[in-house]
Amino acid sequence: MLHSTTIILISFAYLGLLFAIAYYADQRADAGRPVIASPYIYSLSLAVYATAWTFYGSVGRAASDGVGFLPIYIGPTLMIALWWVVLRKILRISKRNRITSLADFVASRYGKSALLGGLVTVIAVVGILPYISLQLKAVSSSFTILVQYPEIIMPAEVSAAPIREDTALWVALILAAFTIAFGTRHLDAAEHHQGMVAAIAFESVVKLLAFLAVGVFVTFSVYNGFGDVFARAAAEPALRVMLTPLEGVAGGYSNWVWLTILSMMAIMFLPRQFQVAVIENVDEKHLNKAIWLFPLYMLAINVFVLPIAFGGLLRFPDGSVDADTFVLTLPMAEKQEVLALLVFIGGLSAATGMVIVETIALSTMVCNDLVMPVLLRLRRLRLNERPDLTGLLLGIRRGAIVLILLLGYLYFKLAGEAYALVSIGLISFAAVAQFGPAILGGIFWKGGTRAGALSGLLAGFAVWLYTLFIPALARSEWLPIGLLEHGPFGIELLRPLQLFGLTGLDQITHAMIWSMIANVGTYVAVSLAASPSADEHRQASLFVDVFRLSGETGGARFWRGTATVPELYNLLARFLGAAAADSAFAEYAGAKGLPWPDQRLSADADLVHYVEVQLAGAIGAASARVMVGSVVKEEALTIDEVREILDEASQVVVYSHRLEQKSHELEAATAELREANERLKELDRLKDEFVSTVTHELRTPLTSIRAFTEILLDDPDVELEQRRNFLGIITKETERLTRLINQVLDLAKIESGKAEWVESAVDMKEVVSDTLAAMGQLFKERNIAIEARLPENVSPVTADLDRMIQVMLNLLSNAAKFCDPVNGRVEIALSERDGCVRVEVRDNGRGISPKDQGEIFSKFHQVGGVLTDKPRGSGLGLHISRQIVEHFGGRMWVESDIGRGACFSFVLPTAAAAAERAA
Amino acid sequence: MSNFETKGQHFVALCMFGMLLFNYPILALFNVPSTLFGVPVLYAYVFIAWGALIASMAYLAESGG
Repeated sequence: MLHSTTIILISFAYLGLLFAIAYYADQRADAGRPVIASPYIYSLSLAVYATAWTFYGSVGRAASDGVGFLPIYIGPTLMIALWWVVLRKILRISKRNRITSLADFVASRYGKSALLGGLVTVIAVVGILPYISLQLKAVSSSFTILVQYPEIIMPAEVSAAPIREDTALWVALILAAFTIAFGTRHLDAAEHHQGMVAAIAFESVVKLLAFLAVGVFVTFSVYNGFGDVFARAAAEPALRVMLTPLEGVAGGYSNWVWLTILSMMAIMFLPRQFQVAVIENVDEKHLNKAIWLFPLYMLAINVFVLPIAFGGLLRFPDGSVDADTFVLTLPMAEKQEVLALLVFIGGLSAATGMVIVETIALSTMVCNDLVMPVLLRLRRLRLNERPDLTGLLLGIRRGAIVLILLLGYLYFKLAGEAYALVSIGLISFAAVAQFGPAILGGIFWKGGTRAGALSGLLAGFAVWLYTLFIPALARSEWLPIGLLEHGPFGIELLRPLQLFGLTGLDQITHAMIWSMIANVGTYVAVSLAASPSADEHRQASLFVDVFRLSGETGGARFWRGTATVPELYNLLARFLGAAAADSAFAEYAGAKGLPWPDQRLSADADLVHYVEVQLAGAIGAASARVMVGSVVKEEALTIDEVREILDEASQVVVYSHRLEQKSHELEAATAELREANERLKELDRLKDEFVSTVTHELRTPLTSIRAFTEILLDDPDVELEQRRNFLGIITKETERLTRLINQVLDLAKIESGKAEWVESAVDMKEVVSDTLAAMGQLFKERNIAIEARLPENVSPVTADLDRMIQVMLNLLSNAAKFCDPVNGRVEIALSERDGCVRVEVRDNGRGISPKDQGEIFSKFHQVGGVLTDKPRGSGLGLHISRQIVEHFGGRMWVESDIGRGACFSFVLPTAAAAAERAA
Repeated sequence: MSNFETKGQHFVALCMFGMLLFNYPILALFNVPSTLFGVPVLYAYVFIAWGALIASMAYLAESGG
């Protein structure tokens, strides 16, 4: 016989044992010889994942849809394969930033936002309530069933008990007291609860052994091994279909996949999993063992689920016994009193383990991220003037633990009866899965912003409330059931379980699809739309680049302000106590090579950051920021300043680039100036040369004129013949003088742009013929042969007729001057090609050297030189001719070889071509 | 450090392979009404593949660094 007193006594004895283990572990930790510094303890503590839901509920789910419970354990196994990448990063970030909880992690990532921390806390508390109520339900109903031994009566039939005998309430209160004793005995700066971890690891062993004991008993004692159980199940038509359970179930594979994804999120983001995996982790290396030991644990605890489920279905074929209780009722039916008691203790282990860790994690979040930020902002309370706040912190946590368990009890009363264990747990899974985008996005994507995370979480949580939480209440008749059947206000499209008409999926899959679309979509869209603030910018780099940053004080250089050492010390002492503050400061001073206390220690950015990080360990990042802000006159960094720090290097590059550009420009300007200077000098030289040449040219005929007039003046007896000759020379020289002066004036006009041009259509054939006619006499006198090759007609060019004649006269007279003195011969050719009229004048003189060819068009240049030959022209004719031709858009050049004569050519565009070019 | 990165890539590949194993259509291949040593093929497959996955993870986690 099992009397209720016996069961209660044994339960309390078990809880006492747990407490003893925790106390022992704490003592060892204080003595500096921690028991939990082992990868095996770490792996076992992770198994807090397996709760009463696993212990009782897996069999319940297996009894309804076969392998359908397995994604809840296979999903985590797949996620753990990614732990090497993901969890290692989260661990490193959390260690460096002294993260104390899941909410703290999210708040810290998005610019130490108190608002975000509060939201995560609210979601976590509301989301986890069903899960806690599940544990209460499991413990109270297993107790109720066990008390009936050897009868097997379902708790529903023994309910309606008075409140004094309401087991669930008592369970809640006892667990609250136990958790308070466990988790909030003292305040630890790093939120380490070594005693708790040791106790949890022990509980994991107990629940595994208890479950394996039932499994072995059912499989090998009641039946003859696995094959026997399955063979008997196959013999029952009702059970045969469950052997291929994925077939025929609507959305079977889809449900399976979504359940896998959901569990992958849950293993990371359930507050208790985050607590044991991240916060309580003492050594990153423990991950190496945990990566395979924890999945192995999950495999082991699931091996016997199916045999027990089929065993139960075969043993109680009439459905009078709830499948969730098979683990307990099968040993009872087989009259195994001790085994039944062991199962009850195993279930108690699973439930208490979950409740303890979960409520401790949640109470830390409620205290650090919800209550404290609000209290610290209320200036009326003058919290930052109190000497010791540790008592207040512990008080808040204890209150939070009691509150959370009572809320869990309330949910159990409101909605717990309507669902099987697994369904209740999955509602919580779906709630914490909402943290996935903000956290995973936050550690791998710098672009995620506070606004994005806030709106993503809100959107996902809202959909979760609508599609899972509200239906749970509606099913329990606390809300009108019509809401589920016809939608709010009769709008069918908004039915919570078939949102927008999506049907054919189970409730969890349906909720996951919509909430993830809302969550991820909003998170990404809002993040992309708004630019991050200075704080967000900094925290994003600290998180995403955690493996690239070195040293603990990565955030210090982003801070600016003034503070004093005593103020900072007092702040730390208020929250951690004087001893802890002393040792923290001593450690800091030691790192700087100073003793503590020491006057030389300066309250620079490093120290302020150090104090903030220490404080964050006790009260969370958001609260720590507020507290440090209260003693430090912080000059808020603007977004521009942070950008400035971050982009310092690139700015220097830009600046030097600009400098370089400027110096390039300067160089170019200098070069231009130098060039202009050179040109001016050249012009000056040319002007001097011009003046001296002109003077020289003028003096030659003048000397000659003067000499002859003096002769005529001095000697009146000169013969008439002689006198005429002399006068002829004088006239000739005067003409030459006049011509020279005319040309100089002409040139001056042309060069200064004051020349008058009379433009008209000029026929070059006419020009050439007229000039030839005019020059005919001269050529005949000198006995020079002329050959002219003129086409029938050429297109007219736009030019000044007189100037063109001037050019032709110049060229022909040059040719006459320089052709062979004996057999003189001049060829003239006119042609038209490519819209240009071309004139060539070729002589058979001695030719022009290549050196002279370049200079022959310069002013006063005369081939031959003054000393060797008598100059035979002013030296301005060709220069003027070229100026004229170029004025009308043409070109003039010379081709010549020494001894073979020279050919002067020029081209002018035809009037039609010139007009075309202008257009 | 490169050892850490290579290991990380191996784990990611393993996870992807695992997702393939426990998903349609591989899963559907074993969803047939016959038995292996008396155990329905689907159940046997899931547990064996799961065990193999854990073994691979153990090998990877414990090897090298």
